[in-house]
Amino acid sequence: MKAHMKRATVASAAVLAIGLALSACSSGNDSGSKSTDDSTQAAASIDAALQKGGTITYWTWTPSAKDQVAAFEKAYPNVKVNLVNTGSANDNNLKLQNAISAGSGAPDVVQIEYQSLPQFILSKGVEDLTKYGFGDLKDLYTASTWGSVAQQDGIWALPQDSGPMALFFNKKTFDKFGLTVPKTWDQYIADAKKLHAADPSYYITNDSGTDAGFGTSMIWQAGGRPFKADGSNVTVNLQDDGTKKWADTWNQLVQGGLMSQISGWTDEWYSALADGKIASLPIGAWMPGVLESGAKGGSGDWRVAPMPTYDGGTAVTSENGGSSEAVTAQSKNKELAAGFLKWLNSSEDSISVFLKSGGFPSTVKDLNADSFLDYKSDYFGGQQINKVLVDAANSVGTGWQYLPWQSYANSIYADYVGKAYSGKSDINAALQQWQDANVKYGNEQGFTVNK
Amino acid sequence: MTAPALDRTSHQAKGLMAPRKSPLLTIVMALMVIYALLPLAWLLISSTKSQDSLFGSFGLWFSGPFSFFSNIKDTLTYDDSIFLRWFGNTLLYVVAGAGGATLLATLAGYGLAKYTLPGKRAVFATVLGAIAVPGTALAVPTFLLFSKMGLTNTIWAIIIPSLISPFGLYLVWVYAVDAVPTELLEAARVDGAGELRTFFTISIKLLTPGIVTVALFSVVAVWNNYFLPLIMLNDPKLFPLTIGLTQWNQQATGVGSNPIFNLVITGSLLTIIPIVVIFLLLQRFWQSGLSAGSVKQ
Repeated sequence: MKAHMKRATVASAAVLAIGLALSACSSGNDSGSKSTDDSTQAAASIDAALQKGGTITYWTWTPSAKDQVAAFEKAYPNVKVNLVNTGSANDNNLKLQNAISAGSGAPDVVQIEYQSLPQFILSKGVEDLTKYGFGDLKDLYTASTWGSVAQQDGIWALPQDSGPMALFFNKKTFDKFGLTVPKTWDQYIADAKKLHAADPSYYITNDSGTDAGFGTSMIWQAGGRPFKADGSNVTVNLQDDGTKKWADTWNQLVQGGLMSQISGWTDEWYSALADGKIASLPIGAWMPGVLESGAKGGSGDWRVAPMPTYDGGTAVTSENGGSSEAVTAQSKNKELAAGFLKWLNSSEDSISVFLKSGGFPSTVKDLNADSFLDYKSDYFGGQQINKVLVDAANSVGTGWQYLPWQSYANSIYADYVGKAYSGKSDINAALQQWQDANVKYGNEQGFTVNK
Repeated sequence: MTAPALDRTSHQAKGLMAPRKSPLLTIVMALMVIYALLPLAWLLISSTKSQDSLFGSFGLWFSGPFSFFSNIKDTLTYDDSIFLRWFGNTLLYVVAGAGGATLLATLAGYGLAKYTLPGKRAVFATVLGAIAVPGTALAVPTFLLFSKMGLTNTIWAIIIPSLISPFGLYLVWVYAVDAVPTELLEAARVDGAGELRTFFTISIKLLTPGIVTVALFSVVAVWNNYFLPLIMLNDPKLFPLTIGLTQWNQQATGVGSNPIFNLVITGSLLTIIPIVVIFLLLQRFWQSGLSAGSVKQ
């Protein structure tokens, strides 16, 4: 009920936004014309704005934001940052969409998930940061996170964190049932069968086909590139080889009833993670912090391994979750906002606070710092987890794109794929239906989809 | 509404015959009581548990260290005591919104019941129609309207829509037709009392049970208001409790999640206590008003 309600509101908000997006497109290009400044000049103008000061509003749901803002205000005493905790990505997107459609009420700086960024770019909700010399920052970030923010001929945000997928598994459960850490998905399925046969209250993982973010990340890892967007020309092909590879594999888990139907992020889920009834999670590298705060009982039991592959060959993974921060087009003080953003996501002072809270960075330097790599996690039984996770960050498959209406697409994912899970039917067929719904929706919104 | 009515018939019945006992009715009532109280019991018991024992223990019995007071302390102090701020906001919205709604409904309902004016039928039809439209359906249009006026993300975005209570107006209207005899008003007029004076000295006393009922409904509606503040407000400093608790609950979701289920539960408990108290207090008042009316007849 609650989930339905939320999906309905997100969807309706998305409708509003995309309608606006296309009208904005047709009204012509009126912003981003001042990109002639050379980058040193741009950097100087940002510094001047920071020294001059002012007040900006920052929307985020990052736990460390409060400490980061405090550190920023200490470094730049003339700037006042009005921090608004938006609670979660869903609420944040809904409010931002509403503010953009209403034409007022948006903050100056806002957190946006990588998967939602394209739709805000298209609706001209966020500002192109090229004119502030942000192109120079490219080498600070991993290729995959930079690729997510620098697209459609602009730089629309700066990466905050990243979520390269890895396989988190409960060693206690694996040892108890004699499971081997899988190198391939075939071995993963074998483990799933063995575990559930030995004790039906244990499952290899949980997935009920309602989390589109997970599904698309798994497709990405399998080599699928189902979405292509070039301006308003969009291709949706959820029958490509990679997508099929994932669906065929996951069909075996779904049809065998080998996955727990517990919904993610509930108290039940945290509880099952703590006692190992959910034995593994293919999930983003930000998971250690979540386990530590939400599943304290599992301390010492969990380990992390590279994602299984389809052929047992070269490691390849994908991004799952992760966010960037952007300057909104509505901001009245864009230079100051850009200055704050630059400090927030590229300065050592800010990133160290972010890392302390358990975040997984997107900056190359921090990913490769010895102190980061050598860190031994007590929760993970002393394992140097960051070595595994940084390897994952370096093997993210390239060329992935999200749809310009990904929030809407994700909100209807469960209607098709979730249904296939509960009916134990073919995921490929469900993905085809999801594709049809997306093609229809995209064309209705004025995109040219699959034509 | 049925409680006072039952009360009245049993009083009347007492004089005529011994009240009959019905085991079936008692059982049905007991089941209803359990059905109504079970979630409350769960909430009360869960609020004594720490987050860890909350997950792993049976919901309807105590388990783990007794954390009731530390939960309350954490709830009240978490994030610079934002909970207290939300509590104050809810109170403000209730006093201004539900109070204003009751006042407006009383004035309008009384006026429509006791004065003849052109277009009364049309007003009646409009009010009846308005009752049929759920507030949630109007939330998005209201949002767009308010954002044009620059009122979103202010307290007015919650208070102004709360002032409208077609159901309250209808209730007062229907109640006033019978509760305030037209003869009484005419007598007051003959004695030279102005309409306002008549209203404030005579009619309002006769209307009290109706007004309290409307106030009760409005208070509950504003206290539980969820969707409107959800889309109107961005600033957590303006949130009412309903939205604030949802935000806490969602902290368990996604990257950087930080579940505080124990605080959500304790916060929910603290949130319902005032409304329970208000209901009990007003219900007594409401009941006595109704029986006072019955004695007069």
